[in-house]
Amino acid sequence: MEIRDMTALEMGRLIKERKLGCAEAATAVLEAISSTDGELGAYISVQKDRAIAAALKVQARLDAGEALSPLAGVPVSIKDNICTKDVPTTCGSKMLEDFKPVYDATVVEKLAAAGAVTVGKLNMDEFAMGGSTETSYFGAAKNPWDPRRVPGGSSGGAAAAVAAGEAVYAVASDTGGSIRQPCSFCGVSGIKPTYGSVSRYGLVAYASSLDQIGPIGRDIRDCAAALQILSGPDGRDSTSVIERPFDFSDSFSGDIKDMVIGLPVNYLSDGIDSDVRQAVARAAETFKALGAQVEDFTMPMMEYAVPAYYIIACAEAGSNLSRYDGIKYGYRSGNADSLADVYLSSRSEGFGIEVKRRIMLGSFVLSAGYYDAYYHKALQARGLIRNAFNQAFDKYDVLLSPVAPTTAYKLGENITDPLKMYLGDIYTVSVNLAGFPAAALPCGFDRNKLPVGMQLIGKEFSEPKLVRAADAFQQNTDWHKRRCGK
Amino acid sequence: MKIDDKLIEYLENLSRLTLTVEEKEQAKIDLAGIIGYMAKLGELDTEGLPALSHPFAAGGRFREDKVTQSYEREQILANAPVKSEGYFQAPKTVE
Repeated sequence: MEIRDMTALEMGRLIKERKLGCAEAATAVLEAISSTDGELGAYISVQKDRAIAAALKVQARLDAGEALSPLAGVPVSIKDNICTKDVPTTCGSKMLEDFKPVYDATVVEKLAAAGAVTVGKLNMDEFAMGGSTETSYFGAAKNPWDPRRVPGGSSGGAAAAVAAGEAVYAVASDTGGSIRQPCSFCGVSGIKPTYGSVSRYGLVAYASSLDQIGPIGRDIRDCAAALQILSGPDGRDSTSVIERPFDFSDSFSGDIKDMVIGLPVNYLSDGIDSDVRQAVARAAETFKALGAQVEDFTMPMMEYAVPAYYIIACAEAGSNLSRYDGIKYGYRSGNADSLADVYLSSRSEGFGIEVKRRIMLGSFVLSAGYYDAYYHKALQARGLIRNAFNQAFDKYDVLLSPVAPTTAYKLGENITDPLKMYLGDIYTVSVNLAGFPAAALPCGFDRNKLPVGMQLIGKEFSEPKLVRAADAFQQNTDWHKRRCGK
Repeated sequence: MKIDDKLIEYLENLSRLTLTVEEKEQAKIDLAGIIGYMAKLGELDTEGLPALSHPFAAGGRFREDKVTQSYEREQILANAPVKSEGYFQAPKTVE
């Protein structure tokens, strides 16, 4: 098998058995990047020398008999909104083009301790605001299944790189679907973990009550192996409420006969592409054939999720992004004489249009006269959405839904219509509002031979069960094994 | 909802942003569409319901208050766009 077709766990096993060297693995990924990323645009920066040096260090630890994670020596790629010490962390923005963090994010520390080798930083929508990676200051990433199409977003670089064999697995973030939707568009697997299970220390803030770091991989087992490393308490993030890292040792039995899966039929009615609907309906049949009970139900509050999400996310974004003032770090305009002008010009020149739009929407929903009708109302709607999920989880172990209403669309198709773009988030944002975990995995192809993704949603901290359902599906289907260009 | 010049200017000021003339015109259209859609929440009866600002009701987890090593001044200043003699430099604000 070619190195670029391996899963992370397969590669980790070969490294452990000394059939593959850590530096050899890193070199293979670096070569894949240099041969195809000029067209794909999945990376913002690649740290070749650092990666080789890190790989040699991990090799020495392994050779010394140190017991490391099953992913030791396996190259990993990191979304460019996760801080890496002395390595540029741009958030896909001109604002942070020259920013080099003075510390590693907790997840980056954890990966290094587990023996992961970071090779590069992945392209993304500016400040993770977007669903197509077209808002990146460094240029749009492309979908490896069809380079005329978007890879999704905001973690489009991550999903595209994993799908194209330019990354073995990736660590990204999900505020309203930013891990799941690009996984769906690129035919790879990913997990948005429960809020509070992975430390956000060192994740550049977009919407703090919604942001969560999670893995993207070629299959769910790779994602689980990565999430085991990423999860766990962290004293530097007071919202990190998990007691200990996830334990997935009982998640790979393939047995889901005890599970009751809820299928929200209203997610499959209006406004969804027929090929996506069919693929998800077929996945429901697969789960039935595996012995799970699948029941139709109607999920309340669906039509209120997108407005509630954008009100809350923009309010938090407006507050979080007030830190970019052109003084302490980040872009500073050369066209300003007074302090007020430094703020105004640096922000106006440093942010792209989608970021400005969301900051202004945030200012609107928090401003006197509109606060109660928009922001406060959205927080109340958030409670209703969470209640609706809790009621569903009284009956069901897992919910099965589409990830997005469509497959990957063409570059430029939606970028001029922000509302249309926002409506593409209808199946993903409610999960972030409620704080629950969800996995995205491939479940078919549409008429244009583009991947279709499905979503499995679980109760808080039910990741081991969620992975068991996803893994049972992947043990019995081969959608996740299809590679683009083959 | 009608978004006029006055509201756009108000939001620019609150956001510490200035839009170009073209950006302003586009923002009027985009914000009218998005805010109009957000107003859908007005259909919901939320009288007396709690506001959920955070997914979990439980309070944050605090670490022990211990003195630890912080960063060196030079490290932090390395990212400052303009600095002088160990300080961030900003335009003069008091005459």
